[in-house]
Amino acid sequence: MILQADTLTVTRGGIPVLEEVSFDLPPERALVLRGPNGIGKTTLLRTVAGLQPPLKGTLTGAEDRVAYAAHADGLKSTLTVAENLTFWARVFGRDEIAPALSAYELDALQTRAAGQLSAGQKRRLGLARLMVTGRPVWVLDEPTVSLDRDAVGLFAAAVRAHLAAGGAALIATHIDLGLDGDALDVSQFRARPQAHDDFDEVFL
Amino acid sequence: MIPLLKRDLALAVRAGGGFGLGLAFFLIVVTLVPFAVGPQSELLGRIAPGILWLGALLACLLSLDRILALDWEDGSLDLLATAPLPMEGIVSVKALAHWLTTGLPLVIAAPVFGVLLNLAAPGFFWLTLSLLLGTPALSVIGTFGAALTVGLKRGGLLLSLLVLPLYVPTLIFGAEVARRGAEGMGVETPLMMLAGISLAVIALLPFASAAVLRVNLR
Repeated sequence: MILQADTLTVTRGGIPVLEEVSFDLPPERALVLRGPNGIGKTTLLRTVAGLQPPLKGTLTGAEDRVAYAAHADGLKSTLTVAENLTFWARVFGRDEIAPALSAYELDALQTRAAGQLSAGQKRRLGLARLMVTGRPVWVLDEPTVSLDRDAVGLFAAAVRAHLAAGGAALIATHIDLGLDGDALDVSQFRARPQAHDDFDEVFL
Repeated sequence: MIPLLKRDLALAVRAGGGFGLGLAFFLIVVTLVPFAVGPQSELLGRIAPGILWLGALLACLLSLDRILALDWEDGSLDLLATAPLPMEGIVSVKALAHWLTTGLPLVIAAPVFGVLLNLAAPGFFWLTLSLLLGTPALSVIGTFGAALTVGLKRGGLLLSLLVLPLYVPTLIFGAEVARRGAEGMGVETPLMMLAGISLAVIALLPFASAAVLRVNLR
């Protein structure tokens, strides 16, 4: 098992949004998170990525193995496409960016400043960053926003290649990517309203 | 760590990077003070160490909110936090990059600006040395302030208010080294205090900055 969540409770702004979340993510599989807006998919993904601790429960296998892609792509507009990717590759102790560039058809844009890319091209560059990290678990938050149909195809192909190489992916998305994996509807884990206790509220 | 430092330096010198902003502010302060004080070169020489130190400190303050806010806005701070770099290392590198792009140019330019303020001849060496020892502390303390206010809209004012009191010891001892140096007095005590403050904040404050940054990223 590459990643395992056991009765996880995640919080947003100190208030539990999802509780008792349990899932297993074996290698070569993708797990698609579904659920209405605001249910806590992003919060769950940020917890898995290690940006915030869970309130309860345990998460095994996430330490130093997760590559996270959020709504923001983390690109510097004055650096070129190649410089942006090279930076992230080096941060993760790697050098190779050519496969990532070609997987997202960014070769022709290599010397273009990231600030001059279209929204979809920026997104493709943000997703290409995942490939240069070399991390086995991809944690993706709405990766297909502003991608056109062809780019979604490129993305799905990249995820399939990643899975075939023994990786795994945890994806929050509303569209069908045609991946070999399971869907998990997180609305079943919605946290029960907390018993009212005004002591903490004074400090929030 | 090294790629992060290289990237921050590259960003600083490119369009909109803010390199030279502090230096330009320092120049403005130093050229305007003689107009405000009046043409009394003896008086100017007496206040020069203090004015130069204050100018350098305010010039540092000017660019503090860029240290982490830009990385927060475009999401790279989240991604750096999930990268295999310790958070303490990230904030230290950020402070170092800030010092190299803001503090070091001030140190280099300060002797030139000292001429404009009629700084006494023996003071030039001590002014440069005190700035060289003191400005790293300004960058590290500033990074701590930036970590505290990251994610706040228009956090710049709050950042200044938080950081200014922490800057006071560095300012007191830094300006004291330059003043005593210019007047030909012994500088050992304030020099050691200044170096001690800088070494202590460089050694300890990154842990505090990393801790508050982790909380702010939640």
